[in-house]
Amino acid sequence: MTRLNSPDALERFRQNLLSGRDPDKPCISICVGAGCIASGAGDVVAAFREEIQKQKLTAAVDTKGTGCPGFCERGPVVVIYPEEICYLQVTPADVPEIVSLTIRQKKVVERLVYTDPVSGEKAVHESDIPFYRHQKRNILCNNIRIDSKSIDDYLAIGGYSALSKALCRMSDTQVLAEVKKANLRGRGGGGFPAGKKWEGSRNAPETPKYVIVNADEGDPGAFMDRALLEGNPHAVLEGLIIGGYAVGANEGYVYVRQEYPLAVENIILAIRQAEEYGLLGKNILGSGFDFIVKVHKGAGAFVCGESTALMTALEGRAGEPRPKYIRSNIKGLWNKPTVLNNVETWANVPLIINKGADWFTQIGTNGSKGTKIFSLVGKINNTGLVEVPMGITLRDIIYKIGGGIPGGKKFKAVQTGGPSGGCIPEAQLDLAVDFDALAKAGSMMGSGGMIVMDEETCMVDVARYFINFLTDESCGKCLPCREGLRQMHKILTNITQGKGKEGDIETLEQLSEAAVEASLCALGKSAPNPFLSTLRYFRHEYDAHIKEKRCPALYCKDLIAFYIDPAKCRACMTCLKKCPVQAIDGGKKKIHIINQDKCTKCGTCIEVCPSRFSAVRKISGEPMPAPIPEEQRLLLKASEEQ
Amino acid sequence: MNTEQIDRIIDKHNTDPGSLIQILLDIQAENRWLPAEALQRVSDKLQVPLNRIRHIATFYKAFSLTPKGRHEVHICMGTACHVRGAKRILDTVQDATGIKPGETDRDMKFSLETVNCLGCCALGPVMEIDGKTHGKLSTAETADVLKKYE
Amino acid sequence: MSEIRLQIDGKEVVAREGMTVLEAARSAGIAIPTLCDHEKLEPFGGCRICVVEVDAGSRSQIVVSCVYPVENNLIVRTKSEKLSRIRKILIELLLSHAPDSPLLQELAKEYGADRNRFDKEASFCVHCGLCVRYCAEIKKKNAVGFIDRGVRKEISFIPEIAAQECNRCKECFPLCPTSYLQAAFVLTEALAFTPASSEAAAVKQA
Repeated sequence: MTRLNSPDALERFRQNLLSGRDPDKPCISICVGAGCIASGAGDVVAAFREEIQKQKLTAAVDTKGTGCPGFCERGPVVVIYPEEICYLQVTPADVPEIVSLTIRQKKVVERLVYTDPVSGEKAVHESDIPFYRHQKRNILCNNIRIDSKSIDDYLAIGGYSALSKALCRMSDTQVLAEVKKANLRGRGGGGFPAGKKWEGSRNAPETPKYVIVNADEGDPGAFMDRALLEGNPHAVLEGLIIGGYAVGANEGYVYVRQEYPLAVENIILAIRQAEEYGLLGKNILGSGFDFIVKVHKGAGAFVCGESTALMTALEGRAGEPRPKYIRSNIKGLWNKPTVLNNVETWANVPLIINKGADWFTQIGTNGSKGTKIFSLVGKINNTGLVEVPMGITLRDIIYKIGGGIPGGKKFKAVQTGGPSGGCIPEAQLDLAVDFDALAKAGSMMGSGGMIVMDEETCMVDVARYFINFLTDESCGKCLPCREGLRQMHKILTNITQGKGKEGDIETLEQLSEAAVEASLCALGKSAPNPFLSTLRYFRHEYDAHIKEKRCPALYCKDLIAFYIDPAKCRACMTCLKKCPVQAIDGGKKKIHIINQDKCTKCGTCIEVCPSRFSAVRKISGEPMPAPIPEEQRLLLKASEEQ
Repeated sequence: MNTEQIDRIIDKHNTDPGSLIQILLDIQAENRWLPAEALQRVSDKLQVPLNRIRHIATFYKAFSLTPKGRHEVHICMGTACHVRGAKRILDTVQDATGIKPGETDRDMKFSLETVNCLGCCALGPVMEIDGKTHGKLSTAETADVLKKYE
Repeated sequence: MSEIRLQIDGKEVVAREGMTVLEAARSAGIAIPTLCDHEKLEPFGGCRICVVEVDAGSRSQIVVSCVYPVENNLIVRTKSEKLSRIRKILIELLLSHAPDSPLLQELAKEYGADRNRFDKEASFCVHCGLCVRYCAEIKKKNAVGFIDRGVRKEISFIPEIAAQECNRCKECFPLCPTSYLQAAFVLTEALAFTPASSEAAAVKQA
């Protein structure tokens, strides 16, 4: 492989690639992102390869393992090109039929396409599926089209043309100006204007300068960066090199959490490939610009997603954050000017360079331009990754794209911003999603985690959950965070266990103030947010727990009891047999009663009671109904009951 | 692990002090835990005080200072899994194995850890054993899955 | 080093570039409470007791004075209702670990902190870091360090080094505001010092 030493060499190579590829040649693309792999996509790929070989189609059909297209609820996802026929929840058993019908005869396998759960309408093409139709997938659209381990695939879809344009046809100041004009705000959580951050580093006198990709993605429930780094690592790399050029940094780092082994593998491979092609290293494309990239793995610490802690980790230390009185873009890694940005932020850069800031600013709201990728998870029908223009409403995301709440349950809140964010209730569902609107509502954009909660989610427990998370993940250096969270956790746990008392809320509020005002870093300063936002919108739940010892969501184990309604129980013995602690008394035709002393509240009985009976329910805050007399426990025959 | 193996890993990273965590990660990956001798050797070769290495080895969850069991069980406690009932899965696993997160059982069969988000939220609640993901678990299924491991 | 002019509690203070607000305040005779600060050691910024309010231009925020660098035209307030409220609860959090520490009791009296506000915690270390930092920066022995993180963070002696060095040093002992350090040392000595290492140290001392 000869190095591509000029923009012309790059274009010639690209044209060569394209001329060797037939756009009408059938291609079977199977998502091999971590989610689909967990659902068995690896076996599906193997099955396709085997079947294609069996039917002697190997030369005529391409089979490709690709990046994540986002419809994770329905994985493994397969898209057949050039028709873009999309099959969902594909198993190895489906493969022979797909090859025989769709590949050979161009016919659709009806049972595998998307079917609307309400209307029954089918959507054959990826772009017709409601989940995708309402998105604006400027960044994610490419994932399903490329083999993430192939730099040629990335070049074939136009990859590295932005790099060529930036290095060889624009000056570094022009590149910086374009990113500033686009008003690209950081996608990692803070929403700080990237161009301004870059400019600060560029103007700082010290060298060497560094640029860093923050791929630590620690927010639980967020996996956008995983899909990007696994699925299209070259897009992120291209953005990073362009950023290095604009800032005057010749060295970059990708800090990726070790919990993402596939992302680690793919970015290391992408870097090696880029080096081979001369897109990294000395004198890139003959521009005179040198740039190298190193990969560092995180070692399991959420706090290292905070930029100064990440830099401390890169220096080989425990990830304790540093005060931001002197900004890290002036004094960062090794005390030198350092630009740290999130994976998604970097992925936006090639688009801005190729299509221009004017194109970018057409999308979004006044304060928030472009698109944002969210991981839509929790109590939602269509779990997955969605890319939407800033300004779309929460309601549209949850109902039009997300397909609403499963099981006919009622929506209660959507949590954004991870442990630094807050919960937004139904009353605010029409807010236009952007950085400022979410902050005003008491939450924040965060990295993109969007957790949907329903009537069965206890909001006090949500606050307890996040505080518990942070007591473990806090670096432990400063007092208001370490000790403040320790006490907040104790109090919130007590409240969920029915031990809450008058004055608890006030103590929690005071501890929150100390953490917000006096903590060393953003982890501590934002730690009280889940508590403060749930208190703001769901105070009645806190009051119920403390004053009535009642959990309105019927979730907190110590405040609920399982009860079999004698009017509904048909003594089928299903729950009796499945109860792991034999806590249910009864027999065939003898109405079942749960022994409250033995019951561990595991929920198995309510899970297994046949829906036509629905005899088990949870009660909270009220006394257990008195048991019916023994003689009434015997079930009479149906005719006698009349 | 002998000194030669440790030295090989250290040399791969050019004795660069910023690579301390990467070196420990490689030792952890190869040896499945960090024995005291390994920490001492790294301290000597990189000229880094031992207390800093011990801080790092205990600060970051990827490291283990005690040997792990034959099967590593990770329960995802991320928000999406939590909302879908991860706590009940954890309770079931604790009852079935007799150990709590961070512990290894006496027979060195299972080591249990909680993790904060494996990135497979569509499959929640999720349990990962030896790198294999088990998704959409119910409490009943969980006990059955564990029984399959020797 | 250029001159910096700032205002602390209404008083004009002249400081040098590179000074922290705490240093500038002290030079002007203004007292700010501290716990983890020590004249011989690098600022730590762990206890947050030295918080002050600063106005820099139009921005107003609460910062820790032991780390925050002086700037021209900075306006600093070392006392206010909000600061007292924050310091009070910080002290109460400390008292949940070491209610009998004379230093903490003095601070408690000044800010009206209630030693029984929070239930007592098992460990009476307050994480001021003075021992760890002194051994690293001054003695350069690194015999004691931090381990773990979050609510599980604690100090820990390296038995091999402590056995050699500590018995003839112990310069960090008087720095500990709670005497947890001494207790930790005695425990480490009893449980983890090997006879060999203690012997070697004894031979060295002789």
